[in-house]
Formats: sequence, structure tokens, C-alpha cells
Amino acid sequence: MSSQIDQKTRLTGAEIIWATLEGEGVREVFGYPGGAILPAYDALRKFPIRHILVRHEQGAVHMADGYARASGRVGVAIATSGPGATNMVTGIATAMLDSIPLVCITGQVPSKVLGTDAFQEVDITGITLPVTKHNYVVTRAEDIAPALRDAFRVANSGRPGPVLVDITKDAQQATAEFDFAAAAPEKLGSHPMLHVAQQSIVDAAELIRSAKRPLILAGHGIIHSGAMEQVRTLAERAQIPVACTLLGLGSFPASHELNLGMMGMHGESWVNHSIQEADLLIACGMRFDDRVTGSLATYATKAKKIHIDIDPSEINKNVPVQVALIGDLAQVLDQLLPLIRRRDGAAWIHAINRMKGDAAVLDIKNLPDNGHLYAAHVINDLWRATSGDAVIATDVGQHQMWEAQYYKHEEPRSLITSGGLGTMGFALPAAIGAKIACPGKEVWAIAGDGGFQMTMPELATIAQEKLDINIAIINNGYLGMIRQWQETFYEKNYECSPIFSPDFVKLAEAFGIRAAAVRTRSEVMSVVEAARTHKGPFLINFLVEQEDTVYPMIVPGAALHEMIRRPSGNPLVETASDA
Amino acid sequence: MLHTFVAYVEDKPGVLTRVASLFRRLNINISSVTVGGSERTGISRMTLVADAPPAAGHRIMASLYKLENVVQVDDVGRFSSVSRELALIKVATTPKTRSHIFELVNVFRARVVDLAPGSLMIEITGSESKIEGLLQVLNENEDRVLEISRTGRMVMRRGHHTSRVLEALGDVESQNGAVRLPTAEALPEEEETEGFPSDSDLPQQQT
Repeated sequence: MSSQIDQKTRLTGAEIIWATLEGEGVREVFGYPGGAILPAYDALRKFPIRHILVRHEQGAVHMADGYARASGRVGVAIATSGPGATNMVTGIATAMLDSIPLVCITGQVPSKVLGTDAFQEVDITGITLPVTKHNYVVTRAEDIAPALRDAFRVANSGRPGPVLVDITKDAQQATAEFDFAAAAPEKLGSHPMLHVAQQSIVDAAELIRSAKRPLILAGHGIIHSGAMEQVRTLAERAQIPVACTLLGLGSFPASHELNLGMMGMHGESWVNHSIQEADLLIACGMRFDDRVTGSLATYATKAKKIHIDIDPSEINKNVPVQVALIGDLAQVLDQLLPLIRRRDGAAWIHAINRMKGDAAVLDIKNLPDNGHLYAAHVINDLWRATSGDAVIATDVGQHQMWEAQYYKHEEPRSLITSGGLGTMGFALPAAIGAKIACPGKEVWAIAGDGGFQMTMPELATIAQEKLDINIAIINNGYLGMIRQWQETFYEKNYECSPIFSPDFVKLAEAFGIRAAAVRTRSEVMSVVEAARTHKGPFLINFLVEQEDTVYPMIVPGAALHEMIRRPSGNPLVETASDA
Repeated sequence: MLHTFVAYVEDKPGVLTRVASLFRRLNINISSVTVGGSERTGISRMTLVADAPPAAGHRIMASLYKLENVVQVDDVGRFSSVSRELALIKVATTPKTRSHIFELVNVFRARVVDLAPGSLMIEITGSESKIEGLLQVLNENEDRVLEISRTGRMVMRRGHHTSRVLEALGDVESQNGAVRLPTAEALPEEEETEGFPSDSDLPQQQT
């Protein structure tokens, strides 16, 4: 059927759902059918929208999430009422904590029986209230298009986030006049607190001009705002080094001479030391999360702070700041940049390089080959093999931190990872979403043996959709980060952290997915190349050193500069002299 | 300290839950909340009173603005304003104590709105301290207070400005520093109460 969106027509609510999505530019949705959403599925065939059938609704939301992170477009997930809706909650919370624009659509029992504990009824708007940016209950066909269009506006405006639209079955079955244009969201006035006083811009410029040891803290907001150019201009013109948050990786080119790397709990030591020594922090689209600040009382006490963020509630939340510039980062920097003059940052950059020389992780490819396979080797080789060009979706845990340390991201949207919520099981479905969004890109899912088992049924989705995704399982037989914490804080009481895994190679083959196991360093490159050249999905089971630990590490509650360093004698060097 | 916010919110199901849930998430107790109609159609006016650290005001206001159904927020505690509360108080009486209670009611400029054998009902409007005052003297004697129903604080800023005028004045205000963000230096102190110039012409009566 041709597009409905240009003319006024009478449609069923179910048709209105797809027609509105089509009007909003949606080409792919991730979902799972069920009773209360069946009218919508019945109408799907009339619309040019691809539906990816998932194996669990959590996977559908993670896929929509990966899709949104990889493309910058709003991701759409759809599920039925009751268990279908509750299965979405973890995915929605993941997107909420990382400010990812999603529209999640759930079916709901007919409006007549709402509130009666009908079969598969659950109060999903009540349940998701704290983990959505906003949500809607729709009980009439004529309200579907306005609610969905408003949902897209909310998801994608200001600080992005997930939105849920709960649509009763009778609303899908009833008919209504569909007029896409008339359903446009009412123009709302700009946010009253999003106002950058010219004086604050002047104050910020003056702080930057007079700073001796300034640092840019580059966060996820740079990618959301598309402010990569502006941040780079600021850094280069004023010669300010840049430290990235986990979700800010890729917002500033890793190979840039002013790039320091990742800050925070598992950030490199010189980055954290630089923050502690700085006299000015320019926080761009980041929120001073506890994972990047360590103890707040000792955080960057020598530094004045400029905080640029689109969310006024982030200002002074964790760290008091001297100048707050509230608004879209690119626009704020466009206002600020004309006031920024060239300055000489050589002394400060030299000082940082001295700290770095003392503690740099030298290119680990030069490590002595003692037969052990380390996760860091695998990640580093992956980076070399893919020339840093792949889109990487990670799970959560040790491998995620090694990925952040050893895979150098040059481009935004090339690292897809659950930062705020830390959701295990994220990698595989997020990689599927990224591949659907960017079919021309090389996509890798990197997961631990624990997290992979949380969502591994989505292998069937990969097989059904014939997606060319490569999967690297960093298999150490433990819930690695749990084991690391037990080693550090619980006297090596490895309670419930050793984990059994199936033979992942055989498992993949059962899904019709090619697979191989890697046990030694020497095999890594050849198998990675085999995966890259293979047309279709490929799974690699990397059997790595079991009791390896991510260093440096900041103990929760400790100061940012009080890092636990890699004990000497470990073959993975952390100091330059060791190599 | 007690913060007082006036929020204009859409008159729709579930909006009260969203506002209340925000305070719950911040682990801040709402001392009182009153909701009713406003001068705008389809928009309700809420007065929220909450006990929170002095620096929390900005964050609460910013968080309220993050709710899609919230149209406008005013931290009225920072400005010269009129605050009122309505209370209904039912007191047990005997023929002997009744006239004494009538006297108290007169002194407090309250009204007796129901009189029955054994009890009477007092309606009192005023600031919270005035209502507390009446309750104190009622409790002083053997008069038994049977029931108390209080509306919680309603607040309106003094002067000519309406919510619409405030909106239009948004820019002017920020230049005055009235809605500028608290900086780290300003955080520990409370902001000066400042109104519009016309305020000074009005009698600053104690409320």
C-alpha cells in the first residue's frame, strides 16, 4: 500500500500506528507480537517498515538502543502488554541512564477492562514512570497519532531519552481520521531555564584565557549535540588537552595529540592525575558521575569548573561549578568560540606528557609472548585488525573496560556500551541494532562469557535476519569484574563468580553461525581476519587468562588520584620502563 | 529549610503522581501540596512546600521542568509573596466552654461554621503561624480538638505580575540575576528576597 501520510484518510488505530511511524521516518522496528498488540501486527504488512523479530523483549529495546546510538535516529521497539511490556523495562532503564532517544510501543488490554487485572494486564506506564522521559496511555484511535508524534518530539529533544506509548487493543481496532500534519506536537516555548546569559559566556572565556592548566572533559553530550567540530576547535585553538568519559569516547579523535584518553575508575593514571592537577575543568556534556569523580570531597579541588550541559538539573548536582552554560552544546560553543583566543598550552601539555611517560601503557603488541592470551591482547588486536573503523558494542564488565582502554575510537557512534546502568546482556542485541542501522559498517559485539549468556538467544535473531555481525566472547570462566572485586575487597572469596559456559562454538553452529575458538595469542589475528572476511555472522570464543584484573582501578569512595596500580611482575606492563 | 514552589501543570490524569514521584526519588518529604484551577484553561496550579537543604531549590526546580506536563515553575520562597492556608477545626464543647471558644474565634478572626450539641466547627484562614496559634490556645484548655483538616500553603507573589507577565519578563529577570543559576560561591547563602520595584510601594504587612 502506498504511503498514507500525505492525505487525510480513515484508518484503524493499528494502521495509524504504522502510518505515524512511517511519517516520522521510521524504517525498522524491533519487536515481539502478543495478544494485545496483534491488531497492530495484522496491519504491518501494509506499510514499508521492516520488523525484526527478537527472542526476548529486553533484546528488542537494546536493539532499538543500539540502533539509536549507532545512527543518531530514534530507535523503536514494540511489544505486547503484561510480560512483553515488563520485559522491556531493563532496556528502557538502560536507555534512560544513557539519554538514548527511544519510542517503545506496548499493547494494552481493552480500555473497558483497564484496572481489572485482566489477562496480561500490567500498569506499564506506572512501572516505567521513573525510567522514561515521559509516557502515554492511549485509549482512543484518534489519540494515537498525536501521542506518537509527541513521543518522538520528547525522545529526541533537549536531553534525549526513552518514551513509552501504551495503546489499548480497542484503540488499535477502532477507526479514526488520520491526518499526519494535524497530529504534529504543539510548538512548545523554549525551556525557561535554557538561557545562556551573555555574561556567563564572557565569564567562561575569561576563565579559559587565564587558566594555566585547563582540561576539557568530553562527554556523551558532544555526540548527542553533534558538537565534535566545536569541541575540537576549542581544544586546538586554546591548546587544551581532552579527557573522555566512557560514553564520550569517540567524541574526540583518539589519535589526536590533545587526546588524553578515558578518565575515571578505570581511566589511565595520567588522565586522572591531570584532572586532580588542573586549575580549570571545562565539562562538555558530561554529568560528573561517581564513576568519573571518585570521592567528591577530593575531586579536582584546585580547579574552577565550567559546566556546559543541556539539562539544568545536572548543574551543581555532584560538583559545584563557577560558570554554568545551559543549552545545546554546539550552540553554546558557537557563542563561546568567538571569544576564545589562541593560547600557549605547551607547559601544561609537557607536564602531562611527563606524567604519561611515567605510566603509559606501551603498545601491548610488543609484549613478550609467554603463551598466555590476555583480554587486552584480544582487544588490541581487534583494534589493529579493524583499523579502529568498526562499530563495537560491548557488554558490561572487565572486557568493557579493556575495550575502552585498548580500542582507540576515532569517530563518534563507534562505541556502543551501557555506561550508566551497566546492563549485562547489552552487547549482542545492541550490535544487532547497530548493524540494522548501519548495514555498511563492520559491527562487532564484544561480551564476556557471563553477559553473553544473558541474551544469547538473540543469536537466533542474527540467524533469521542473516546479519553479518562478528561476535567476540572474552571467555575467562568467571564473572570477571565480580571476581576482581572479590579479589580486591572480599579476600578472594570467589563466591558464585566462577561460571560454566556451554561450548560456544557448538552453540553458534547450532544456530547456523560460523564459529571458532582461540586459545593463544598467535591465533588471534588469523581468526579475526577469517571472521572479517566471512560473509555472514561469525563467533569467536577467546579463552583468555582466567584471573586477570583491570588496572588502574579506583576503589569506590577513594580520591581520583589514589589508583590501585598493576602490581609489578605482571606481564601486562603499565609503566614505560617495564617494556 | 522549607522551599515553596508554585508549579503550573497540565490538568491531566497522572500528573500529580509524576510530580510526587519526583520528590520521592529525591528523597524529599512534601510538607504540603495544594492543587486547583488557575487563570489558564487546562492548566492547574500547584503549591508545593518541601523541606530540603537550601541549595536543593535549584535542582528541584530544574527537575520539575524536566516533567513534560509541567508548564512553569516559580520558586516563590525567594520573593515577596502572600501565603495563606485554610483549616477546619472541630472542637468538642460543653454549654460551659462554648462562649469561651467563641471568644477565641473572634480574636483570631476565624468563623464558626457548624454548631451542634457537643461540638462546633471553626473555619480559619491565614498564615500557618496564625493557625498554629489558634490550635495552641485551643489545646491549652480542656477543649478537645476532635478533627483538623488543613489545606496546606497557597502562595502568590505580590505585585502586578501574573504568570504570563513573568514569562514575558523572563529575559529581564535573568539579567537582574533573579533566575541566574546559583554559582558555587552563592550556594551556601540564601538568595536575597527581591521583588519588582513596585513592591516597595506596597505595605509590607506581616502575613
